[in-house]
Amino acid sequence: MTQARGNVFLAGVGGQGALLASEVLGEAFLLGGYDVKKSEVHGMAQRGGAVTTHLRYGPKVFSPLIEPGTADLLIAFEKMEALRFAHFLSPEGAAVVNAQEIMPPSVATGRERYPERIEERLAGVTPNLYMVDALAAALSLREVRAVNMVMVGAASRLLPLPETCYLEALRGRLPERIVGVNEKAFRAGRALLAPRGAGR
Amino acid sequence: MSVPAREKVELLSGNEAIARGAHEAGVTVASAYPGTPSTEILENFARYEGVYAEWAPNEKVAVEVAHGASMAGARALAVMKHVGVNVAADPIFTASYTGVRGGFVIVTADDPELHSSQNEQDNRHYAVAAKIPMLEPSDSFEAKEFTRLAFALSERFDTPVFLRSTTRISHAKGAVRLGEVSGPPPALGFVRDPAKWVMLPDNARRRHAIVEERMRSLAEFAETFDGNRIEWGDRELGVITAGVSYQYVREAFPEASVLKLGMAHPLPSRLVREFAAGVSRVVVVEELDPHIETHVKALGVPVQGKEIIPIVGELSPRIVRDGISGKSVPVHPAEGLPGRPPNLCPGCPHRGLFYVLNRLKVTVAGDIGCYTLAALPPLGGMDTCVCMGASLGNAFGIEKALGKAALGKVVAVIGDSTFLHSGITPLIDIVYNRGFTTVIILDNRTTAMTGAQENPATGRTLMGEPTRRLDLAALCRAVGVDHVYTVNPHDMARTEAVLRRELFRGEPSVVITEAPCVLLPDHRRKKRPVYEVIPDLCTGCMACSKLGCPAIEWVPFTPEEAVAAGKKGSQKGMARINPLLCDGCNQCPPLCKFQAILEKKD
Repeated sequence: MTQARGNVFLAGVGGQGALLASEVLGEAFLLGGYDVKKSEVHGMAQRGGAVTTHLRYGPKVFSPLIEPGTADLLIAFEKMEALRFAHFLSPEGAAVVNAQEIMPPSVATGRERYPERIEERLAGVTPNLYMVDALAAALSLREVRAVNMVMVGAASRLLPLPETCYLEALRGRLPERIVGVNEKAFRAGRALLAPRGAGR
Repeated sequence: MSVPAREKVELLSGNEAIARGAHEAGVTVASAYPGTPSTEILENFARYEGVYAEWAPNEKVAVEVAHGASMAGARALAVMKHVGVNVAADPIFTASYTGVRGGFVIVTADDPELHSSQNEQDNRHYAVAAKIPMLEPSDSFEAKEFTRLAFALSERFDTPVFLRSTTRISHAKGAVRLGEVSGPPPALGFVRDPAKWVMLPDNARRRHAIVEERMRSLAEFAETFDGNRIEWGDRELGVITAGVSYQYVREAFPEASVLKLGMAHPLPSRLVREFAAGVSRVVVVEELDPHIETHVKALGVPVQGKEIIPIVGELSPRIVRDGISGKSVPVHPAEGLPGRPPNLCPGCPHRGLFYVLNRLKVTVAGDIGCYTLAALPPLGGMDTCVCMGASLGNAFGIEKALGKAALGKVVAVIGDSTFLHSGITPLIDIVYNRGFTTVIILDNRTTAMTGAQENPATGRTLMGEPTRRLDLAALCRAVGVDHVYTVNPHDMARTEAVLRRELFRGEPSVVITEAPCVLLPDHRRKKRPVYEVIPDLCTGCMACSKLGCPAIEWVPFTPEEAVAAGKKGSQKGMARINPLLCDGCNQCPPLCKFQAILEKKD
């Protein structure tokens, strides 16, 4: 649990709450005593398009962008988006991937097929692949919009912060009336991944 | 870096930091037109106590309002995206001559890489052309500090000051230490001074000389300003850089010597010579145009720049490393994945209109907004898109070129906020010069693309106050359009009938498509139906797919699967509606000839 610096790459589809997830993570690292930089793109890209966030932490961070091949953790909110950005992972990096499939327009209109064998292809990129069903976890809480906090919870197992940082960040970032369900979602996500040994 | 006491440090985006900096500087009047990546600056600024912040109808008005506030002694801020400066250029160039009373800062948020823009112009050129100093922060921390400094410089040198951000500054977050809010603003009141404020030629001629003197003083300031600094390191490589590029340089070449420029205009000369003399190789790393490079070359300093650093698109540590080292490490993204371009939301009212326009096979002169996304397949419903308000002028120009042959064949399509920004004057042109253009105003009761901002047609201000709601139909009639009709774009049959009639009218007409944006809270709170495809009835004809709605998914069949599903072996698949995405707009059910799309009951 002594990673001095790290790069976390988040990928999802507009509307999945990936930006809010990255807000909570960024705030959690700041609470954990790290310098933090985080970059994303708003506006046109958000309308159902691919959404990415670059989050970097360490004693002092310069670039807000992660370079390909250097991400320690890829948090993907959608399966194909995981594969699209898997080349950002470092050879030792880990990926937490939501098994959910969201059809892009070309697939939804029958012009292309949703790619097959994604899990296999991901496993070829990283030896540390964690597939999770965040949608099912969120639906079991009757809040489809909580997929993002389930993913934060799952990913938190692979990050060097105590649980309190995430929960404090979450409470600071969300309107009070939805804090409860999001805390539950975070814990549900955390339960999806077994705790990792110290020293990673 | 150990992070200081918690209560003083926040993780702020560049935009939040600029808003905070303006507040700390004692700004009391701010005006802007929303535009990515600048929008959040005023949204955040408006939340501070004791300030006035507004959405202006366009950037020119925003600058004029802020300039006026400065004349009256207040510290004032005008905010816009890069292309907004084009709209506001007229008052900006002359505000340079008048100077200021209260500090006056203009934020330009540029968009290298065109993440959400129609071009990637480099607005540092405006600083040179308008003879206005420009500061350029390299992260959120500097965004706040430079905003404060910009106001100090504005008052000290009697000049408007540009603050230039880019997408990777505005939408990147970093730790920012909050500062104290400035004391009471300077004495307010408009002091009559025609030689300063009335730009008749004789006065302006004298002011021009003052501007030139001011720029000489600022050039001197730039030599010693601590935002322009040398960070000595390895003397083999010296990089001159600014803005977010500085961060990329430090990441890619942590050992290099760096001249970091916080002021994009005027640029220092002695400092550049000193730096160049101290290193073996000088490289300029800057996004977009060779602004710094040209200055360095004019000093006679040998330098590498755009021959190794791209002029197109944004930079990254990798691009900087590859360019300077001359070596490239290949990356291998997964191949063959279907793209995921942005799309109109499920239930978007614009989709109904563009489906109809497709059927009408007309040339669509388009404009700037969410509806520009209708240019993408399968709607593919837009033929031009240039700038805010261009749809009307472009459509009218096409009509004038083609004459009578254009009747029934051309429409202009423009959003409500865009129309109020720049569409009224070309509508007057169409009426005045006896056109027959059909103009469609998409009234979704918000400025949607930038995240649902208020505008004069929504009846609310940026500060959340109710206000008089502009009546679009009455406005169009007032400029002389006799045929103004309002339709519900979800009702595509009716919309098509009205458009077919108006397209062939030999006079100007305006059709307003009125339905709220699905992102508006009022709409989201409404109980809405969910539709489903009855599998037994679906023949796989794909008529509903032509809407391009994200909620309608195509399930492909193999011949065996088709037979197993009780279909003909030749059926290639069937449609399915994703209940998590369906917004209940009711556009798709009438398109199904087999009545296979029904409201879901449960």
